[in-house]
Amino acid sequence: MNIALGLQDFLVTRTKRSWEPEEDLFASGVVSSLFALELVVYLEKAYGVEVEGENLSIDNFRTIRRIEELVRELQAAAS
Amino acid sequence: MIAVLGAGVMGTAIATLAIGHGVPVTLVDTDADKLAAAEQSVRRQLRGARLVGAMPRSGPVGELTRTGDLDDVAGASAVIEAVTELPDLKAKVLAAVSSIVAPGTLLLTNTSAIPVDELASAVDRPEDVAGAHFMNPPYLIRMVEVIRGPRTSEAAMAAVRDLLGALDRDHVTVGDGPGFVINRVLQRTINEAARIVGEGIATPEDVDALFQGCLGHRTGPLATADLIGLDNVVDSLRVLHERTGDAGYAPCDLLLAKVHEGRFGRKTGQGFYDHGGAQS
Repeated sequence: MNIALGLQDFLVTRTKRSWEPEEDLFASGVVSSLFALELVVYLEKAYGVEVEGENLSIDNFRTIRRIEELVRELQAAAS
Repeated sequence: MIAVLGAGVMGTAIATLAIGHGVPVTLVDTDADKLAAAEQSVRRQLRGARLVGAMPRSGPVGELTRTGDLDDVAGASAVIEAVTELPDLKAKVLAAVSSIVAPGTLLLTNTSAIPVDELASAVDRPEDVAGAHFMNPPYLIRMVEVIRGPRTSEAAMAAVRDLLGALDRDHVTVGDGPGFVINRVLQRTINEAARIVGEGIATPEDVDALFQGCLGHRTGPLATADLIGLDNVVDSLRVLHERTGDAGYAPCDLLLAKVHEGRFGRKTGQGFYDHGGAQS
């Protein structure tokens, strides 16, 4: 499944608005830091990755683009 | 090892705060289901705290031991009581634990509103009892309201400072009384905000937007209430109402209705707001 599209679906469902690939999810105040963990758990389930250690930083989840990169990196490292 | 009594919202969050700072925790609850759920809940909260940079991402993690047997806290260096906000239950639990731990062991109650001295009367050594009103979630909110009761010893206060230092928390110490500072003001504010919504004067969104925009509050009183848990808000209001006789603290109809419907806020997924499913 295309990561960016899947992520868009998840975010639209949960935040009731669409997001640009480079838009900061947390800057607007629409998305809370409590929601960030739900996002991590969603990614782990949807893409079979584990986010731990230094990767577990909100800066890695600020934009759809950055999240996509992280998921690809983790998938590559796992395979 | 510190003991945390009660595996509810605050108990699990305080356990998270402690193990995340390398302090081993024995978490006690009589409810086996709650105790079973606590492991995942603490793990989830620890990850959330690390995610936002509120807790160290490396370094030792304290061991979490879960038990239904209060006798297992015998060797604790301090006890944090975080059971349901019911005065008789808190008094009973504190009395039981005070007979198990060594004399001089700090007994710290996380009560929302019950005067510390009232709870101290239930134990063998009232001088060992102090209050620490942690905010939810305690790993994100650094400030803790510490309450010194009239009989709390200087040794107990020193133990509170040591404990909060180990947990990397700030604190302000205040005197005793129903609701102390925060909840004497906050619970009345929540009650009044709920009454306003019940009267159709404003929506929860509008009330909170005004508190954010006009007063610089981070979330507003009703989003705060959903985070605290409306069941706890009603319990705290009753404690305040019974002890002050002030009708302003009598829980309003809308709050009572929501609790009756099981809409406790964030923890059940529904309160004044829709939180999209229950969260631990």
